[in-house]
Amino acid sequence: MVDQTLTSAPARDVPPEPRPPALKPLELARWAWRQLTSMRTALVLLFLLALAAVPGSLVPQRSVDAARAAQFAAENPTLATWYDRLSLFSVYSSPWFAATYLLLFVSLVGCVLPRSRAHLAASLARPPKAPRNLGRLPVHATTTTNRTPEDAIADARSALKARRFRVDVVDGALSAEKGYLRETGNLVFHLSLVLLLVAVALGHLLGYKANVLVVEGSAFSNTVSAYDTWTPGPLADESSMAPFTVELDDLKVRYQESGQQRGAPRDFRATVRYTASPDAEEKSYVLRVNHPLKVDGVKVFLLGNGYAPVFTVRDKAGEVVSSGPVPFLPRDGNNTSTGVVKVPGTSPQLGFEGVFLPTAVLDPQAGPISVYPDLRLPRAVLTAFTGDLGVDDGTPQSVYSLDKRGMTQVTGTNGRNLVQSLGPGATMTLPSGETLTFDGVRLWTSLQVSRDPGVTPALGAAVLALAGLMLSLFVRRRRVWVRATAGDDGRTLVEVAGLARTEAEGGEGLTDEVRELTEEMSVDR
Amino acid sequence: MTGDALAELSNNLLYSAMVVYAVAMYCYTAELAFGSPRRRKAVEPQVRELAAVGTTPAYVDESASGVDAPEADASDEAREARASRLGRVAVSLTVLAFALHLGSIVARGVSAGRPPWGNMFEFSVTGALAVTGVFLLLLTRKDVRYLGTFVVLPVLLTLGLAVAVFYTESAQLVPALKSVWLVIHVTAAIIASGILTIGFAQSICYLVQEKRERVPAESRQPSFMDRLPAAAVLDRSAYKMHAFAYPIWTFAVIAGAIWAENAWGRYWGWDPKETWAFITWMVYTAYLHARATAGWKGRKAAYLACLGYATFLFNYLVVNIWLVGFHSYAGVG
Repeated sequence: MVDQTLTSAPARDVPPEPRPPALKPLELARWAWRQLTSMRTALVLLFLLALAAVPGSLVPQRSVDAARAAQFAAENPTLATWYDRLSLFSVYSSPWFAATYLLLFVSLVGCVLPRSRAHLAASLARPPKAPRNLGRLPVHATTTTNRTPEDAIADARSALKARRFRVDVVDGALSAEKGYLRETGNLVFHLSLVLLLVAVALGHLLGYKANVLVVEGSAFSNTVSAYDTWTPGPLADESSMAPFTVELDDLKVRYQESGQQRGAPRDFRATVRYTASPDAEEKSYVLRVNHPLKVDGVKVFLLGNGYAPVFTVRDKAGEVVSSGPVPFLPRDGNNTSTGVVKVPGTSPQLGFEGVFLPTAVLDPQAGPISVYPDLRLPRAVLTAFTGDLGVDDGTPQSVYSLDKRGMTQVTGTNGRNLVQSLGPGATMTLPSGETLTFDGVRLWTSLQVSRDPGVTPALGAAVLALAGLMLSLFVRRRRVWVRATAGDDGRTLVEVAGLARTEAEGGEGLTDEVRELTEEMSVDR
Repeated sequence: MTGDALAELSNNLLYSAMVVYAVAMYCYTAELAFGSPRRRKAVEPQVRELAAVGTTPAYVDESASGVDAPEADASDEAREARASRLGRVAVSLTVLAFALHLGSIVARGVSAGRPPWGNMFEFSVTGALAVTGVFLLLLTRKDVRYLGTFVVLPVLLTLGLAVAVFYTESAQLVPALKSVWLVIHVTAAIIASGILTIGFAQSICYLVQEKRERVPAESRQPSFMDRLPAAAVLDRSAYKMHAFAYPIWTFAVIAGAIWAENAWGRYWGWDPKETWAFITWMVYTAYLHARATAGWKGRKAAYLACLGYATFLFNYLVVNIWLVGFHSYAGVG
């Protein structure tokens, strides 16, 4: 579809005139097919697809940022209902978006297949016969030589062959053509796009994607139950997942220390140990952004990070009832993080809610906030609740928030809510005797684990498409004819003519070629 | 020299480049405004050279349309000589500004110890350099001096915007940008945008010229547009620019996808930046097809080219700054 002169049937651009009798089904189908595969329809569909992609960049998409989409829906409930009806929260998997690109691809195939056939025929055919009057062609020159007409044609033939023209001599006139790769490239480009679509579909159907949060010192294995979120393709096979295990030893994050961009992250390094299968050798890898871990066709990516303060909770008797790191979620660029500690093992149950501040400052207006993302002055500011956590009935619950319906806030001796800021090693004692100790801080990282068997085919298709595209845009297709006739003065008159078959060519390169050939022919032997 | 001193040198070089660009722009404009309106050198077909080999040339020149140069009188010639001198000065100044501009970017890169393509300020400055670079390169092959004003003006606007709005101190990169693909992907995108800017300028010139040519030659008011090539020539040059930029843009998108796969674990995720790169690609695809479709050639195709450039600008300005996505590297605070 890229260039004009090679567009196949001219009939496609001319809609058939409406006939009085109704079309028979077959005729109607043929008419519809012609309309669909016409360049004009393709043009409209190209434009429509571009237009259809726009709303997805303006409305938050569930597939891109589910949290933002949910927040938008919560803030605009009425609008969200309509957006949902129109699939505006998932534009790129919506029926209307799919309809647009599928129609475009049908149109593309319908246009490219007949052209492939035509191009194959043209590639096997000889260059067309020389027109009777070469002087009428856009680029034309004549010269004389003392060679015989036969010799002149033979010389022109070898000269054009050396320039890799395809040549043929008919009735003493030479026809030559070059640049078939232009149309080949054009067809390869379009067919590669079909391949690309197939590869994308393949990856979508067979692949999977999962997210997992790992605290320093802990591990996960590649099983559905180990993951926090799990998004399989419709045909993904959960039973044959690569049996690897990954353990996070240590995570290092470096931040910009000064200047306008102070606090911006500069480097993430997660040192992990992994085994490809239970009986395989353990290996070590430093996971960084742009350097995913690759195990058995599965890739593990570093997505985010945060702090997991370590708390130990003891009951009235001083027995440890809960101990370990609790991941808190960062809320701003300085890693002011929020989280909860749930202690179901006491009676009544205990819950702590609070913020973790890596570099704490007590702001008179905003209260306790963090002013730098790295650990400079870590503080955990907590309040306590007692009662029923609501975890016993088995209903799934967020680990980052408390269900306060069955809980009451603990008040201090002064009657106000108990709020305490803890440094590492500090302990908070509840009026009822239980204690919580802030032991220290570990880091956590969120990892994305994904398998996409479509990646390599998609890359292959894209590279093929690009190669085809370059051929179709930069190869010049042109024809050259040479005719030699004996003149009255005993010399031979040589006519050379050229025709550029590519649009916007301007005939410049061809002019040079015709001139060079004419110069060669004008030399006397 | 320390990093800070280099960063300051970089800024000073950039200010100097802007001053020189501004003077160059006045010179280009003066050439257009004060030169003889009958100069149409760019239209002269190269096919004429055929005559040089002592053959009888017979050619059809599709490009030469419009006014034929009438007998130029002496005052006209003097006027033309002055204008043409101004034009040559403008080109020299553009070369100087380009050198200062390049120096500024190199100093910035050395001061930060990385390729200087990490935020809006740096994208803008390098993008503007690409526009000038493509223009100067084109000048060595074709007489496109007439484009000078239309090229240097957007360059100056971009640099002005960069300095006044997007300015970000020289600093290290966020981790996601630390990759060899920063060089490959961003360079391709910047080069493509440089070529597209020139193509856009030519498309605009074409649209104006085409409208002008609809009036019969003898009843046209004299205008600086007479110094520009004929509409058909402008249309073809614009097409060449777009056809050249299109595979580079395609490559930039593919390289971006490879990088995204490495950094974020998916090669295509409909992040706003990706979406708009796709939209731009689709509109330029439509442009290339339109030029080969009956009823869409000429003006309509040129409108598509302008729309393509508008989507590119949207992606660059609106998406980078206002839409939330993975590509939020603007550093504009």
